Order: sequence, then C-alpha cells, then structure tokens
Amino acid sequence: MAKLNLNRMEMPRQDPEVRGRNFEEVALGYSWEQAKEEASRCIQCPKRPCIEGCPVQIDIPNFIKAIQQNDPAEAVNVLKNKNSLPGICGRVCPQETQCEAVCTLAKKGAPVAIGRLERYLADWERLNGGAKKPELAPSSGKNVAVIGSGPASLTAAADLARMGHGVTIFEALHVAGGVLMYGIPEFRLPKEIVQTEVNFVKTLGVDIRLDSVVGKMITIDELLSDGYQAVFLGTGAGLPMFLNCPGENLNGIYSANEFLTRVNLMKAYKFPEYDTPVKIGKHVAVIGAGNVAMDSARCALRLGAEKVYIVYRRSEEEMPARREEVENAKEEGIEFRLLTSPKQFFGDEKNQVKAMECNQMTLGEPDESGRRRPIVKPGSEFTLDVDVVIVALGTTPNPLVASTTPGLQTTRHGTVVADEMVGKTVKDKVWAGGDIVTGAATVISAMGAGKRAAADINRFLGETNRS
Amino acid sequence: MYKILLKEDLVPNIHLLKIDAPAVARKAQAGQFVVIRVNEKGERIPLTIADWDREEGSITVVFMEVGTTTHRLAQLGAGDFLASFIGPLGQPTHIDKYGTVVCVSGGFATAVIMPIAREMKAAGNRVISILGARNKALLFWEDKLRSVSDKLIVTTDDGSYARKGLVTEPLKELLEGSEKVDRVIAIGPSIMMKFCARTTQPFGVKTIVSLNPIMDDGTGMCGGCRVSVGGQTRFACVDGPDFDGHQVDWDLLFARQRVYLNEEKDSFEKWKCACSEAEAKAAR
Repeated sequence: MAKLNLNRMEMPRQDPEVRGRNFEEVALGYSWEQAKEEASRCIQCPKRPCIEGCPVQIDIPNFIKAIQQNDPAEAVNVLKNKNSLPGICGRVCPQETQCEAVCTLAKKGAPVAIGRLERYLADWERLNGGAKKPELAPSSGKNVAVIGSGPASLTAAADLARMGHGVTIFEALHVAGGVLMYGIPEFRLPKEIVQTEVNFVKTLGVDIRLDSVVGKMITIDELLSDGYQAVFLGTGAGLPMFLNCPGENLNGIYSANEFLTRVNLMKAYKFPEYDTPVKIGKHVAVIGAGNVAMDSARCALRLGAEKVYIVYRRSEEEMPARREEVENAKEEGIEFRLLTSPKQFFGDEKNQVKAMECNQMTLGEPDESGRRRPIVKPGSEFTLDVDVVIVALGTTPNPLVASTTPGLQTTRHGTVVADEMVGKTVKDKVWAGGDIVTGAATVISAMGAGKRAAADINRFLGETNRS
Repeated sequence: MYKILLKEDLVPNIHLLKIDAPAVARKAQAGQFVVIRVNEKGERIPLTIADWDREEGSITVVFMEVGTTTHRLAQLGAGDFLASFIGPLGQPTHIDKYGTVVCVSGGFATAVIMPIAREMKAAGNRVISILGARNKALLFWEDKLRSVSDKLIVTTDDGSYARKGLVTEPLKELLEGSEKVDRVIAIGPSIMMKFCARTTQPFGVKTIVSLNPIMDDGTGMCGGCRVSVGGQTRFACVDGPDFDGHQVDWDLLFARQRVYLNEEKDSFEKWKCACSEAEAKAAR
C-alpha cells in the first residue's frame, strides 16, 4: 500500500493586510496542480464515510477519482448529480464538521480537503464554458410553488425540475438567492457565483418571480387553488433578534440583517455609486460570535473602521462560528472581547450611539444548549466607546407566510412544524425545509432539507397521478 | 420591470404615478404601502398606496421630490419602467363604523388619506376631512377629498387660500365642539402627526397615525424601521405603518429619520452634478 500523504494542500488566500481593506474574495482557490495533488491524497477507502457525512450525499470518492484521472468534466458531472450549487457549498459549507470530519484520513489529522476540491470543480466549470443543461425527466404536467429562493428553495426547485415538474419560485426581494445574496458577504461568497448557480437552476426550467411577497401579494391557499399541486416553504429565518436593552434604538445600532443587507445586497460599500448608504463606524462593536457576527465584523473593517470588536458573553470555546472564519477575522485584526455582555447603550445629542456599557461574565454550569451558562460578574461594569453597533444574536423565522396560512402549525420559536425527514407540514400539500423549520442553521443543512422534501413531493405527485 | 402607465404633476414638486402591477392591485387596501426601486443601483424606498384599480391592474402612488431617489423618480414618465415594485406591504388601516371620523392630512399625504376617507365613508361613518398645505400652490385633490367627506376644512400655513393656520387649529375646534368625534386619522409630515396626536390627547380621542421611518426591505427582515410605541419596539413595516399616535415616541422617530442626513446630502449633490453635466452635454 502506498504511503499515506498527510500534507493537506493549503489554499492560497489574500494577505490579511490587503484583504482587510477590500471586498474581493479572501480565499483564492486551488490551481489545477494543487487540486490534483490534493485529490491524489484520497485513498479511495472502501468504507466511503464522507458520503454519509454530506447532508446531500454527494458521491465524493468518485468525483475525487475523476480528478485523479485528469477528467474535471466527469468530476463535475458526479458532483452536480447530487448538488446543484457546488460553487456555493465549496465556499460556505462547514466541511470540518461534515464530510471532512469523517474522512478516513481525519484520524491521522489530515482529512482530504473535500470542500476545496468541490470549489475547484465549480470554478472550473464556470470558467470552461459554464454549466451544461442536464437531462430532465419528461414533463409530469404537475406544478410546484417554491416560496423563497435561498439554499433550501433553490435545491428543492432544481431537484423538482429535474424530476419533470413545473416549478415557480416566489422571492420577496429583488434578486434571487436569499441569505446567499443579502447575508453572506462578497469576500466570502462572490455574488457572481451565486447568480451563476441561480442561473443554472433557471436553465432547468424553473421560473423565478422576484418582488413577490407571499403572504401579502398572494397566499399559499391561493397558490394551491391556482394551478399548483404542492408548495415548498423555504423562507428561512429572516427576523432579527435584538438584545432588548436600554438605548438599543439609537442611531448607528443595526441588526446584522440590516447591516449585511445594506452592504451585500444593496452594495452600500459602493455608495454613492449605489444609492443605499450605511454608517461607517470608527469603533464598531459586533454583538455575538456566530458566522453572521464574523461576517459583520469583517464587513465593518472593510468599510474603513479603525477598530472592530467581537463582543461575546461566553468564551472562545463556545463560539458558534466556523473555526476558519474566526481565524480569518483574527488575522485581519478583529479584536475579541470575550466573556463580555452589553448592558446598555449611550447616545449623543443627535441620538447617535457613542458608547456601550458592558459587564464581564464568568461561566457557570451548562444550560439547555449544553454550553456553559454565562453569569454576570458583580461590579464588573465598564464602558467601550463605539459609534456603530451590529447586533448578531441570531434570527427567527419571519411570520409573514405562517400567519397568513391557516392550517400551518408553528412552534413557540416561530418555526414551522414539519416532518424531520421529509419536511411535510401538518397542512395538506405543503412542505417546508431549511431555517424556517430548524431555526437559523447552515446552508448545506437547508439544502439537504430541500432535497429530501423534493423527493417526497415527487412521490406525492406521482401518487396523485395514479389515483 | 414595472411599467408606468401615467404620470401627473399634481403640484410642481408632488407627482402621481400609476403603475402596472396587477398582483399588487388585486390585494391592495387603504393604508398599505409598496417598496420601489427606480433602477439597478437604486435604493429601496416605501411609498404609501394612494389608490388601486383591480380591473386595470394598477396601483397609484403619490410622492414629493425630496432626495436622490424621489428626484430620479420624478424624471420618469408614462412608458418608463421601475426596477422593482413590491407590495402590498404593512397592515391595512382598520376600517370600521366608528361614528364620526376626522381625517387630517398635510402635504402630499392628502393622496394617501383619500382611500382611507373613502373607505371610512363607505363603512357608514360621518367623515370630516381637514386638508393642510403650506400654500395654495401646493394644494391638490381638494375636490376629490370633498367628494368622500361630509365636511372639508382647508388650511394653508400662509393664508394664501382658505383658512390661514395649521391643521391642528380646526382639529381642536372640532374636538371642543358639540359633535362627538370618535376617531382621528392623521397622516402627513411626522411633526404634523405629532401635533395632531398632542391636540387630541386631552380629549381622549383615539388617533391613528401612519409612520414613515427609514425602511429597507419592508417585510420585517432588517429592523431598520423600528419605532417605539407604548414603550415597546415595533417594526413599522410589518406591525404598522398605522399606530396609536398617543403612544408613539416621536423624538425617537425624528432622530431615526435623520440618521443618514449627511449621506443623503452627498448622494443628492452627486445626483445634481450628474444632471447638470448631462444637461451641459445635451446643450453642446
């Protein structure tokens, strides 16, 4: 047996000094030589645990094998057979907790860089003539309405179209892609790549209706009586949470949703070429330590902030963000204020935030989330001078659709009740998947839910055919 | 893309656009709004719906030229297109048979109080409208509003037409008069709404105002439009735009409306420069 190669190929990245001032992509991707070298490390083990580690069960060993055999076109075919959005997944999936975590080489501390290879293949296809339209099943004559156009919806729509169903996506915003467009910044996921993959979904025959707010412009019941035999709800978790502490409505205090939407979707970083402005802070505090918090902090830095703090009430160990994003943020000079919790905000005479009072915290016993509960240290108050604050505490589902759809059941967290496996809701002909069911989670888990729901909708539509 | 079917200049800086938007027209109700985008690089701004025609599939909006977006919008005419037109958003105004309803409007908001007055009248209310403008030249739709009101009082700030003074004066007289007023709807500049609410408060007459904070998406996603009502933070886009005027934290609203004052100025200056350059080019 050949000797194991445990030298995981690094992916080139922009220098932190440089990238902290531009919105260009941070990670630069492999060259063909680098991709081949990394692919050669895959030992094609018989157990193939990586496939099970992938929420959409991509045939990982076979796309890697195709790279080993110098056939990137075939590798793309294998990859896209299960995943219509590889350019996105290759960039934002937490591979370190999924496919790469279970890779046989992970035991030796050097799993194959599956995500980087996936990304390489998506980019290769885009730069080599673009996606070819795959074969579609013959038309079923059935129509499905898909609400929202984020990762869950795009995946469900693509799969349903391939199965031969007519699919219409209804998107509330003026571009398709959901959180991939408004949430994740350009430097982590270029918008051109999102639109390339959205366009691929369109080539499958999916009709995307923008500017269409379901729940306001049209209801689920109207769609069901208007020619759609099934509905998939993939409207995500779009409602921002706030701290509910004094001074939170001062000017300069944003939800991460608003800040990121202004910067990414509305391109406020190009103001005044683009009309939408955003406050550029000198001293910016981001509250929270998830991926959205890291994205917000790094955007604020790129807009020109002198100092950007991540303010988090627990310790580094509990931070929910991907390790890689935390490292990126640290390299760029983001300052981490851990075991720190905001208490109130102070403003100036114009109602503009100028400082925030914080408490220092200690960690107690684990709470229901399994993480150690933060406890206020008495008398530990201190003040941080800040002129922009971004609250990134998480999001809950937007009630717009659920509140206008009789028969849907929601939990006290606002999520829609649906079967864990196939996404069927308690309402006839309606499925749901992604953050609207689970609360804020990852792109790939939403895609997995979209995929499973599409399969179940297909089964349902097939049954209605026979009856 | 959404086609402009008609443009009308109501007064020099207030314009009406009728937009082809059948899906929005099907659902529009009094008090709701739309979010528009003029072009690909444009911002999203909310405009309250002034009227709808379900058969024609059209929505009418009325706006005043204030900053870059509204000036750009004013340059468009019939046959031109808007990049986005999204709605109907927000909660409709609560229409019921209250008894006597006073509808107070100021400035360009006369256009948006029209459908509310009409629906209130249709619901069996006695409708008294008070229409205020800075001067005669800025007054429009007097006859239209009269046609859906049992009584109409017009004021101008400078006395160039009808009664001289602010809308709050006849409002106070009505409240002091013999006729019982059951509800007041006040829509216009925030400062006007604040003073209408302050006028009615001692009389304990419920007063509904339509708030217009800065908004991005209009669907509850960003929280940029948060207002404080009765000590609670609410999102004007999904919880409103109508709120109880006696409960609104007006100072917070004023401050939040001014958050981008400098940026708006910069953007508008740049727009004016681009316009004069384009004119100079055309002249050459």
